[in-house]
Amino acid sequence: MNSNEPPVDLALAREHGLSDSEYAAICEILGRTPTFPELGIFSVMWSEHCSYKSSKKHLRELPTQGQCVLQGPGENAGAVSIGDGLAAVFKIESHNHPSFIEPKQGAATGVGGILRDIFTMGARPVASLNSIRFGPLEDPKHRYLLRGVVAGIGGYGNAVGVPTVGGETDFRSCYRGNILVNAFNVGVVAADQIFRASAAGVGNPVIYAGSKTGRDGIHGASLLASSEFSAAGEEKRPTVQVGDPFTEKCLIEACLEVMRTGAVVGIQDMGAAGLTCSSFEMASRAGTGIEMDLDRVPQRAAHMTPYELLLSESQERMLLVAEAGREEEVRAIFARWDLAVVVVGRVTADGRMRVRWHGKQVVNIPVDPVAARSPELDRPAEEPRTLRENQKLDLAAVIPEEDPAAALRELLDSPRLASKAWVYRQYDQFVQGGTLIAPGGDAALVRVRQEDGTATHKALALAVDCNPRFCFLDPYVGTVAAVAEAVRNVACTGARPLALTNCLNFGNPEKPEIMWQFQEAVRGLSDAARALETPVISGNVSFYNETAGRAIDPTPTVAAVGLLEPCERFAVSSFPAPGLAVILLGETRAELGGSEWLAIRRGLEVGSPPLVDLEHEKRLIALLVEGVARGWIASAHDIADGGLAVALAECCFSAGTLPGVGVRVQFPDVLRPEAWLFGESTGRVLISTAEPEALLRAARSAGLPARRVGETGGERLVIRGESGRLWIDESTEALYHIWSRALPRRLEE
Amino acid sequence: MFAVLQFPGSNDDRDMLFALKSVLGVPARLVWHKETELPPNTQGVLLPGGFSYGDYLRPGAMARFSPIMAAVLRFAEAGGLVLGTCNGFQILCEAGLLPGALRPNRTLQFICERVWVRVENARTPFTSRARAGQLLRLPIKHGDGAYFVAADELARMQERGQIVLRYADASGAVSEAANPNGAIANIAGIVNEAGNVFGLMPHPEHAVEPLLGGGDGRAILGSLLDAVRQRAEVRA
Repeated sequence: MNSNEPPVDLALAREHGLSDSEYAAICEILGRTPTFPELGIFSVMWSEHCSYKSSKKHLRELPTQGQCVLQGPGENAGAVSIGDGLAAVFKIESHNHPSFIEPKQGAATGVGGILRDIFTMGARPVASLNSIRFGPLEDPKHRYLLRGVVAGIGGYGNAVGVPTVGGETDFRSCYRGNILVNAFNVGVVAADQIFRASAAGVGNPVIYAGSKTGRDGIHGASLLASSEFSAAGEEKRPTVQVGDPFTEKCLIEACLEVMRTGAVVGIQDMGAAGLTCSSFEMASRAGTGIEMDLDRVPQRAAHMTPYELLLSESQERMLLVAEAGREEEVRAIFARWDLAVVVVGRVTADGRMRVRWHGKQVVNIPVDPVAARSPELDRPAEEPRTLRENQKLDLAAVIPEEDPAAALRELLDSPRLASKAWVYRQYDQFVQGGTLIAPGGDAALVRVRQEDGTATHKALALAVDCNPRFCFLDPYVGTVAAVAEAVRNVACTGARPLALTNCLNFGNPEKPEIMWQFQEAVRGLSDAARALETPVISGNVSFYNETAGRAIDPTPTVAAVGLLEPCERFAVSSFPAPGLAVILLGETRAELGGSEWLAIRRGLEVGSPPLVDLEHEKRLIALLVEGVARGWIASAHDIADGGLAVALAECCFSAGTLPGVGVRVQFPDVLRPEAWLFGESTGRVLISTAEPEALLRAARSAGLPARRVGETGGERLVIRGESGRLWIDESTEALYHIWSRALPRRLEE
Repeated sequence: MFAVLQFPGSNDDRDMLFALKSVLGVPARLVWHKETELPPNTQGVLLPGGFSYGDYLRPGAMARFSPIMAAVLRFAEAGGLVLGTCNGFQILCEAGLLPGALRPNRTLQFICERVWVRVENARTPFTSRARAGQLLRLPIKHGDGAYFVAADELARMQERGQIVLRYADASGAVSEAANPNGAIANIAGIVNEAGNVFGLMPHPEHAVEPLLGGGDGRAILGSLLDAVRQRAEVRA
């Protein structure tokens, strides 16, 4: 035993976040008291973050199979076929806690981590999205956090040369104590070249490559990500890692190169819980063991202990298993990129993890009980007592909107709905030369290239969505709505939705009402994914987003990936030209519950979120895909937060050419005006088209409500009720000014 | 044959290669920074954008010491055509092949957007396909793009026609409002005194296909191609 190590007992186990029964199980598995490094290993591997112990029972409900699925959950990322022997590999992951403590590095390493999950699968990362949520911008701390997170995402993504092509930026008081930073990445690989994280082949070398190991990020997974914040959260700053995008960039190129040699058997990044988690997971998947010598691990700091070496979360490190005898081939490639590379161990047949340090054995644990047979909990769930109360909304008692134009201006000026150009202007959107639709549209669209650089006629459509207010009011419906919106956004480009990934951000699962929210969200995700035939192929759960007892609203972030082929024909979201017919697809109902209008103009966050009709969504998606392919759709924009009036305004703000393209529309006044203008009924899309008759015919035969509502042109946004009453008549330039200045005004002045 | 240099941290190397090979249809290959010689039939050298050596210390400050740079220096001194975009421009300044330096953007933020640049000198091997005064729509994406040079040197550069591109607005006016990064005199691109080395912050390689937001970058890469062909004919 290392003389500096504390004696291992129940008290120390508790300090490590282990429960009494978990500690007893550890002693039973080993048949003895664990060593200090062994205790550390169990504590991270069995942490909520690594083991999914509270969630895995529920996640099994999710549909994960489908015709296009090549790899479902369980590997570093999921993969779907995109035809012609190519695959898209994608995943979204949270980096919430670190980003709250140190926004720039927290967000940067979140990007770095998700990139490694993708290229570990053999795929070249081709596009990133993110979903970031903060408290209100009136709070200077949240202005600082936003600036830091954006600088971190940009600083890392730009330097590694992966474009950031979309995402969402949200502000809501529930994130005051816990911001959310969810990072998504998608990569492309030949379908028969997908790599798995498996330590197969007894006698094969275990190779460490990348950055050296330091003392940073120890217990990031167990203590930081798997417990609530207290007021003293900043003391945990040392558990946040520091990112080095330059090394990551070299690592991407070196790993892709080394994987092409055929010498690699399995590969995994050292993410949460570092060397420990990666080696255990690789051995567990292959049913093998590993013996490792810690003295061979490249070290950044002097006198590191086995405990530190095993638990460090230093970034930009990979663990590979290569074919025996081909070590030199692997070494030469990493050396060419000036990256550390060393054989640290061998694959063994006995199913045990044996670690030596200074000539002594410091860890000897059976692999399987640690990795695969980690605890599984069935936590109690109970509907929050306030839920039904919050869902009550008497529309008749809501004062009618006295000034619709003023309401529109106020909505466009609200940070949630305003232009996010201030954010995405700091991201490289063009690197890799495939960006067909850059940030600002409903979904991003990225053309696929072969690894040799030749362009294909395929493009990936990418969207990420969640309306946390809907999820707060009804986590089931809110999650169904998030799936429907993400999938609809993808279809608005003309792409066929393929599959989903998700990042489930919740409070403390030990509280029954949080567990209830979680279960409802998983049920919603499952039902919606099944109905829309978009399986969930990867994902991540982030619990304990809770500070001083105040949990975030349930935030199941959903990302959808679609395929457009040929990619030369796609629809943008804003009106491309004057003189086009404007068609509204979908049904508008008297739904104001959970709407932005109700929150901003009436100060109410109540009611039931709007109904989601998944059968309707399916038909809508099919029509969008067909309509774009046949040239019936010039632009398509999903109607979401802020409703129809905000969506119309956004359609007028075509990028780059001010004052944009105006529009005149007319709606029936069978509903109260604010329901038409600001209600957030789902399943609706605004189309501009030169072929209105063809589109209307197709909609009719598909049984989709569709109505021609007006025409593009002029420099004003004019909305009338059916009887001709003028509801809104505003200059698009003035509206654009409000919308585009809303964030800069709050952040720079 | 064009040589696209690949430094550790280069990002736009593959995009430059794609623009040259797939779009313009000219032979090109990546040349690793640890090489000490350019390929024997090199007719033009391109330094791509990115974050060579992570931009640590200062953008371009370390890449200039890469072994290949000695060969690039010899190539340029012999009159060879050299084009650096973004990080490539920064490396050329650090290497002393171009005057001046690139400072952090005045907002201290990374900026990615499409901008207008006005062609100030169309009589260079890099702008011959454009007219003087022509506007090009090109993307910029950089954190350190504010060109700076001392006033006396700037005056000399102006006299010699070394200012090739300036940031302008959509009407062609070179104004403070159209200056995205705080570059002195709105400078977006310059050539050396001999006119064979060109550095610019915008990315012509990301504007070669109308489908992907415009083809104005061809004016620049196409000019380089013409110049190389002309030289080959003269030699023949």
